[in-house]
Amino acid sequence: MSGFTGLAGYLVLVVVVVGLIVVATHLLGERHRESGTGVPYESGVLPAGTGPLRFPSDFYLIAMFFVIFDVAAVFLFAWAVSVRELGWAGLAAVLVFSLETAVALAYIWKSGAFDWGRARRLAHLKRHGLLP
Amino acid sequence: MKKLDPSQHPFAGLQMARSADLLAWGRKYSLWPFNFGLSCCYVELATSLTSKFDLARFGSEIIRSSPREADVMIVAGTVFMKMAPIVRHMWEQMMEPRWVISMGSCANSGGMYDIYSVVQGVDSFMPVDIYVQGCPPSPEAFMRALLLLQESVGVEKRPLSWTVGPQGVVKPERPSMRDIMRDERRLRGDLEPPDTV
Repeated sequence: MSGFTGLAGYLVLVVVVVGLIVVATHLLGERHRESGTGVPYESGVLPAGTGPLRFPSDFYLIAMFFVIFDVAAVFLFAWAVSVRELGWAGLAAVLVFSLETAVALAYIWKSGAFDWGRARRLAHLKRHGLLP
Repeated sequence: MKKLDPSQHPFAGLQMARSADLLAWGRKYSLWPFNFGLSCCYVELATSLTSKFDLARFGSEIIRSSPREADVMIVAGTVFMKMAPIVRHMWEQMMEPRWVISMGSCANSGGMYDIYSVVQGVDSFMPVDIYVQGCPPSPEAFMRALLLLQESVGVEKRPLSWTVGPQGVVKPERPSMRDIMRDERRLRGDLEPPDTV
């Protein structure tokens, strides 16, 4: 119970101190109001448009696929520089790995992940009967 | 009550200083410049930040990239007609207290560019506290201006709060350094040959 009293006191202290800081910074100092004072700083030019804007999420997909297949390339390079030392066992491992990557590629291709752009996305959805 | 005298040791009279004086003393040694340059004078301004000149000695090495956090705007370079509204806009975005140093002939008066595209003096569209002479001014000249500004900031009167007390800023008189330094500068008639430097 005493532990909770300490926590409660600590919470009260936090609220009081932060409240004091907020009120003091609100009251202290000078203020001025000119035409550009409240405008966001954009290196001196006026801001164009608003912050919340819509852009296609395809860019996210492209970035994710690049990361995935880039890592695949890293493994292949690591195998390629020591191909003689690794021998047939290394070749077999790389073949299995490449096959897995190819299966993954086929899967995401089939699921329409490469159908970038609104028109192609709609066509893909229609082809698979996913549109109402 | 003993007033803070900027010509004395920084800590002189600090114990008895009023809070406004204490604030002015603090502002004086932490004038953060706005990261902003227009032309070649900015090269000299940037040089004053290097280790050879070391602007950090005066507490002004913290270059701020946002006008909200900057205290002093140094207009370093030629102010073109196209750039003037932008400079004014950025000055409006700086929070009080704020000061302006006009650095170099172009910012002071247009310099040698008495033409259609150049503003004839940055003080035609916003208030200027200190003018630095030179084309371009040396880093030493800029640091001299910063020291002059510090001296002025240390004694000017500002309201502690926008809610109470008298508003408005009382700035000290800023004498013309040209008149004060005239005799000393006129004595420098002899030019040293380059190999003695």
